[in-house]
Amino acid sequence: MGTKEDARPSPDALLEAASREGRGHLKVFLGAAPGVGKTYAMLEAARERRRDGSDVVAAVVETHGRSETAALLQGLETLPPRVLEHRGRTFEEMDLDAVLARRPDLVLVDELAHTNVPGSRHPKRWQDVEEILAAGIDVYSTLNVQHLESLNDVVERITGVRVRETLPDDALQRADEIELIDLPPQDLLRRLREGKIYLPEQARRAAEHFFSPGNLTALRELALRSAADRVDAQMLTYMRSHAIRGPWPARERIMACLGDDRTALRIVRTARRAAERRQAPWLAVYVETHRHHTLPEAAKDRIAEALRLAEQLGGEATVVHGEDVAAELLDLARARNVSQIVVGHVPKFRPLFPWPFSWLRGRSTARALLERAAGIDVLVVTGEEDGQTAWPARRPRPAASPAWRGYATAVAACAVATAIGHVLDRYLALPDISLVYLLAVLPVAVRHGLRPSIFASLLGFLGLNFFFTEPLYTFAVSDSGNVLTIVFFLVVAVVTSNLAARVRAQVEATRSSARRTAALYDFSRKVASAATRDDVLWAIVHHVAAVARGRSLVLLPREGGLAVEAGYPPEDRIDDKSMAAAEWAWAHEEPAGRGSATLPSSDWLFRPLRTGRGAIGVLGIRTEGTAAILPPEEERLLAALADQAALAIERTTLVSDVERARIATERERLRAALLSSLSHDLRTPLVSILGAASSLTTLGATLDEDSRHELARTIQDEAERLNRFVQNLLDMTRLGSGALRPRTDWVDLREVVGSALERAAKLPGPRRVRLDIDPALPLLRLDPVLMEQVLFNLLDNARKYAPPETPVTVWARLRGDNAVLEVCDQGPGIPPEARESVFDMFYRVNAGDSRTAGTGLGLAICRGIVEAHGGSISAQPGLHGTGTCIVVTLPVHGTDGTAEATQAP
Amino acid sequence: MAKILVVDDEPQIRKFLRISLGATGYEVLEAADGRSGVAAALSDGPDLVMLDLGLPDLDGQEAITAIRAASDVPILVLSVRAEETDKVEALDRGADDYVVKPFGIGELLARVRACLRSRRRDARPGQVRFGDVTVDLARRIITRGGAEIRLTRREYELLALLAGRPGHVLTHGQILREVWGKAHEKDTAYLRVYVNQLRQKLEPDPGHPVLIVTEPGIGYRLRVSEEEA
Repeated sequence: MGTKEDARPSPDALLEAASREGRGHLKVFLGAAPGVGKTYAMLEAARERRRDGSDVVAAVVETHGRSETAALLQGLETLPPRVLEHRGRTFEEMDLDAVLARRPDLVLVDELAHTNVPGSRHPKRWQDVEEILAAGIDVYSTLNVQHLESLNDVVERITGVRVRETLPDDALQRADEIELIDLPPQDLLRRLREGKIYLPEQARRAAEHFFSPGNLTALRELALRSAADRVDAQMLTYMRSHAIRGPWPARERIMACLGDDRTALRIVRTARRAAERRQAPWLAVYVETHRHHTLPEAAKDRIAEALRLAEQLGGEATVVHGEDVAAELLDLARARNVSQIVVGHVPKFRPLFPWPFSWLRGRSTARALLERAAGIDVLVVTGEEDGQTAWPARRPRPAASPAWRGYATAVAACAVATAIGHVLDRYLALPDISLVYLLAVLPVAVRHGLRPSIFASLLGFLGLNFFFTEPLYTFAVSDSGNVLTIVFFLVVAVVTSNLAARVRAQVEATRSSARRTAALYDFSRKVASAATRDDVLWAIVHHVAAVARGRSLVLLPREGGLAVEAGYPPEDRIDDKSMAAAEWAWAHEEPAGRGSATLPSSDWLFRPLRTGRGAIGVLGIRTEGTAAILPPEEERLLAALADQAALAIERTTLVSDVERARIATERERLRAALLSSLSHDLRTPLVSILGAASSLTTLGATLDEDSRHELARTIQDEAERLNRFVQNLLDMTRLGSGALRPRTDWVDLREVVGSALERAAKLPGPRRVRLDIDPALPLLRLDPVLMEQVLFNLLDNARKYAPPETPVTVWARLRGDNAVLEVCDQGPGIPPEARESVFDMFYRVNAGDSRTAGTGLGLAICRGIVEAHGGSISAQPGLHGTGTCIVVTLPVHGTDGTAEATQAP
Repeated sequence: MAKILVVDDEPQIRKFLRISLGATGYEVLEAADGRSGVAAALSDGPDLVMLDLGLPDLDGQEAITAIRAASDVPILVLSVRAEETDKVEALDRGADDYVVKPFGIGELLARVRACLRSRRRDARPGQVRFGDVTVDLARRIITRGGAEIRLTRREYELLALLAGRPGHVLTHGQILREVWGKAHEKDTAYLRVYVNQLRQKLEPDPGHPVLIVTEPGIGYRLRVSEEEA
């Protein structure tokens, strides 16, 4: 959104406004702390709405035993809560389905940040509220500012209390209205002393610490600022959707750089706050190096969670592959026009003496960015531990290959090296045995990584010392040369191990990325080669099951619901809970089920199969074992697979859709043509008939004999024309239904032409017809009545389209086994592109009512009849390219026919 | 003897119009296509042009524009096109009236008389009488049953416009343009309000107007004589 933008409403702003239409309105009563009177204010507002005639229902209202609040609740309809059992205890939760079924105008839902008991439809109450809003019901809710996700750690730093129930900032941003319930801290403390604030007994001590004047002032400021930000945002939206010219600041963009340390979540939140304040878009980036694969699972989890959090908070999450982290980050930052980078910095453990190979590990990313990020602000978040989030990702650690194996290999390798060394020493008197040990260190480094190889280096060092340096079989070294040898050996061994281990890690990384690429490539190839929809579906489930190392399903819409269309291993039904998750994923176009935010208790994870036209189905994934969440790279791979799968399925359905649409369009076109043809062609004769008839009745007395005769004649001619039209319609219907079968006989073509000419002579307007028919033409097997109709239609056309003074030629010859008949006029001719379509029903070269009156049926009927005789008909340009020749080719049925016919009486 | 030019490509239609109009006492000229029709309208000096919209060589709507560019001879459109958009376009382009085919000769002759009469009236703007109402265009006085009726300025302009072309359909767009100005061409709501006020003041039964008649989707017409009913 640059400053050069025209004074046009921004499409995004309009879209946002439009997406609010039809949704319920959400009003949030925002307070700085418990006890400021949010619930009270909400109830007052609700009573106001009810006085105005709205249907108001309280779904959840916590009075906390306060009498004045309870008094306000009196007389409001209250929905009974839903009672849930979890681990032997019962919990009361809002009955979401009851609210949706009751459909009031306004529903009161206290405590927006509340976390639902496991087993509810959504983990969080704000998600319930989303669904209520989507159903078009207004919601009033309350919120304390410390529950806001992005303020989570700020609040923690102020108050020392970590709030576990958090609300994504997005959820508050979607509120249509926010009312700030403000109470000065002194008043709040007085209320606390008077016992007007409800506190559970066990929380009292913590709360007393929480309710200090300092804390309350800080929280109040936070609440005020959130509300003010919100006003800003609304102002901005208003100005954009009304195309008010800003001085719009040049758009800033903020990039959060995630590391594998513990600052990741804090970086995301900080970036989000910075972005919010500047009204700037933001993205979170993680650079995946070869080291990523050697990270502990906890760190990988943290990165995946930080990326997910970024998406949740409205940012864009990206993973980049590369080795030089800072360079990759800066490349991306410049490509995306980033104005500020947020990066974390954890002071590293500094040993007393410098780590000998620290140059191999590089400097901290923050330092590198600070040095190289010319023109981009860098905000460094210093290391503090992230706390646990409210919903930690639970995942059993996959059993790593046991570490002892590497060390055992190291021992074995050194033992073998010692043995070989002995042999070599005895028989060849090798000057330096250390190379043999080096040889032992290398395979250990390549196979088992850094630590076992360093261990092997040390063993080698000791072995060399013990077995091969004077004095033998002691760790003492007498020769200074030997001391140097074994020290150099140690250094070389460690460096070699390090390099070899690095190579191994890189190979590993390349291999895994190659696996991913191969999986995708393989999949797209398999899917592309699958021809039918069933083949495509089978390829999808088979492949997804292999990637997820579990089972997979594809569900597609059928008869108003979803049905399992394919599964691997084959499966044709799933339990109700999973079905509910699948349907939710389908309806909301978001993942649902295991490991997602919705219905996580299902056994399956369902991903919508999305294409540009919306969801076309649902992909179900079930991993083996207890793992609820797939590792991020598999998650990403699956997402890519799902996209390709959706496209492939769409491709197969598109083909049949296109065909259906084409037929429908064709039918529609015919219908429209029929209507326009009917209205014009039925009316044109009717205009003359009605006009002439009304003239006769109205003006009869003033007309002379000739005029009366002329008018009567007009009526007769036009009625006959109408009759021909109706006849044509009937013929066409019979041809279409196959009821018109030629009753063939041996016929002389000249006779048929003669009778057709006789009929055509009665048509208005005299016309010269030139006959040129080969007298040697044999008898043909034809239906004389139908063939006369063909000729009549052709003559009628020639008369209609050619100028009156030009002659019409009827020409016939024998050509091989066929008789060829041509009817040619010298009219305007038919454009080449229309020469085939003139034989279509209701086709007319000039559409609309400016054409010569006709039915658009004549040639279609001719083609129907000629083809029923086994012949063909086509339109060609006339002699010297002027006019039109309709060429009819009819088969001649051998000489038998001629003989038979000549014998016939 | 009024001269009527018939422009239609259907010979049968031209034939019965020639007979009927001739018997009624009009002189009939004929043209079978648009170009010769426009040429005849401008060169042969007809008193009325009857124009078919579906012509083989050019669209009838264009023919209206071509004739209007050089002449204000009344144009009566005859067409099988019954859609309102076609009627409105033809009237907006300057046609005087519109008859949908097929039609009875009685209706056609009434429209012909209205078109020709208004031509005479145009020549002498003075009084227009309809029902018991008299509009004196020269003195700007409206009387109903002898008593003077007071109209607001806009009401008078609207009535004067309709009375200036009695028996003719004026489209919404034409009226709004003339009375309210080009900027309000689409504000048909204004027009409805003022027509309603005029009917309250002039019609015997404002609920069933017989003087200011609505042409649905097209515009209004001031009905002058009983024979058109």
